[in-house]
Amino acid sequence: MLTPGSISWKVRCSVIKVLNPGFYSTIQDFGRYNYLQYGVPISGVMDWYAASMANALLGNPKEAPVLEMTMVGPVLQFFEQTEICITGADMEARLNGLPLGINKAIAITQGDVLNFGKSIRGFRGYLAVFGGFKTEHVMDSYSMYQGITTNSVISKGSELPFAQKDGVTDKKYAVLRVHKAYINKERIEVFEGPEFNLLSKNQQEKLFSKPHIISNNNNRMAYQLEEPLENSIKAIITSPVLPGTVQLTPKGQLIILMRDCQTTGGYPRVLQLKENAIDILSQKFTGNRIKFKRINI
Amino acid sequence: MRYQLSYKQFGERSILIEWPALIDEKLLHDVLYFKQKIEKHYRDSTVHITHAYSSILVNYEYLNFKFKAESEVLHSIYLTKSSRTKMTRTLWRIPVCYDQTFGADLQELSQEKKFTIQELIDRHVNVVYTVYFIGFLPGFLYLGGLDKSLFMPRKGTPRMEIEKGAVAIGGEQTGIYPLRSPGGWYIIGNSPVNFFDVSKEQPCFAKPGDKLLFVPVSLKQYHNIKTLVDAGVYQLESEVFRD
Repeated sequence: MLTPGSISWKVRCSVIKVLNPGFYSTIQDFGRYNYLQYGVPISGVMDWYAASMANALLGNPKEAPVLEMTMVGPVLQFFEQTEICITGADMEARLNGLPLGINKAIAITQGDVLNFGKSIRGFRGYLAVFGGFKTEHVMDSYSMYQGITTNSVISKGSELPFAQKDGVTDKKYAVLRVHKAYINKERIEVFEGPEFNLLSKNQQEKLFSKPHIISNNNNRMAYQLEEPLENSIKAIITSPVLPGTVQLTPKGQLIILMRDCQTTGGYPRVLQLKENAIDILSQKFTGNRIKFKRINI
Repeated sequence: MRYQLSYKQFGERSILIEWPALIDEKLLHDVLYFKQKIEKHYRDSTVHITHAYSSILVNYEYLNFKFKAESEVLHSIYLTKSSRTKMTRTLWRIPVCYDQTFGADLQELSQEKKFTIQELIDRHVNVVYTVYFIGFLPGFLYLGGLDKSLFMPRKGTPRMEIEKGAVAIGGEQTGIYPLRSPGGWYIIGNSPVNFFDVSKEQPCFAKPGDKLLFVPVSLKQYHNIKTLVDAGVYQLESEVFRD
């Protein structure tokens, strides 16, 4: 994450040591928009809702960088007192071996070890720290992405800097009710995509009438769906795509683009997910069922 | 020339503007001119604009914008005549080594096309390409102008890994992989030049509207250039031109 002397920061920083990185953990903020024209993906947290709640519960700016954890969370050690908040998937967090609640601010003291297990609900958990992570900032964003940031995931032994919290504050943060039901929702709300009208009536019906299963090809870039949709529409001239764009390949594969998706694509864009539907999908994993629900713009 | 444009709402905060689906340089200039005018109009607000061959995507940072009103604003911008900021355009000479060390698919492509390898290279080199936009990967240039005789459907099974700098042909396009990546195109050579530099304010040297020439170099020259590139002192040959 950090090589000594490589970064100078305005605030005093402390670090969290990564004892075990978990399955796939990255630092993410709310994305990198200013380099789209150079083909740089937007990136950012997959589940905007969970990440922004983690920040809100600590009184951080809504878009402060957080740690996104996937399926199996990391083991982390703290060296200074601070406050943290865990949201999103329930990965059975423990502090010094004792079970820990999620969706609330938690005080941390020197030497504390925080460890996560395998998710029992949802797929992506978020860890926010008071003041936000202060890892490498590249092209106006903290979001890790291969070829843009030095590291594309956190690794064992690395140190994650964050703004140090001085003294004990009695600050009372707003009491927020954090919704959890969305994590298990199957209904994915979608708008018609730019090429929706190229689909036959039969294809359109099939898209909405049958549930779809998430294939094992799912990651921060895209989620592929198991069942192909019989297809005769061809590729289009390469055109911009967005996170949440549902593409239909010539072979009938449905691909839902996610936050790390490429900036342009050549497959027909048949649907576009509503933004909070991307949050719901981010909590899904291989074998989960979803159902598209058409809504009007 | 004015084109018939269509405006479509794309999700909750974007408008997709479409021209007739063509790869055409005149059309590209209309796209770039419109893009420039939109950028000027929204100078102080939070709007992100990207384009491809024949489309522009305007992404608003605010939700629940009024599609009808915003697309009318956009169309009136399209129709206004504003003095066009003169864009300097550049012709870039890109060194490419077509040696078989790099051109893993030269043999296969030459058999497929019934050209000798040399003929194939000549057809790839004897064209001035136009940069249309950057997409797919950071620094991947979408180029127009590939000789029709070199069109080649993508491979059925993509390679898991294509080296950085690989020059390849896929479908009706040719391009350079700016980073190591999976890919289904036919690899015919490699360029020692960096197409994406994360440390620069402008991470790509080429911009839409620029021209590009491939200049064949020997394996020895390739390594010499590579050494200079790695040391950060290589000067790419280029010239500024006007229409």
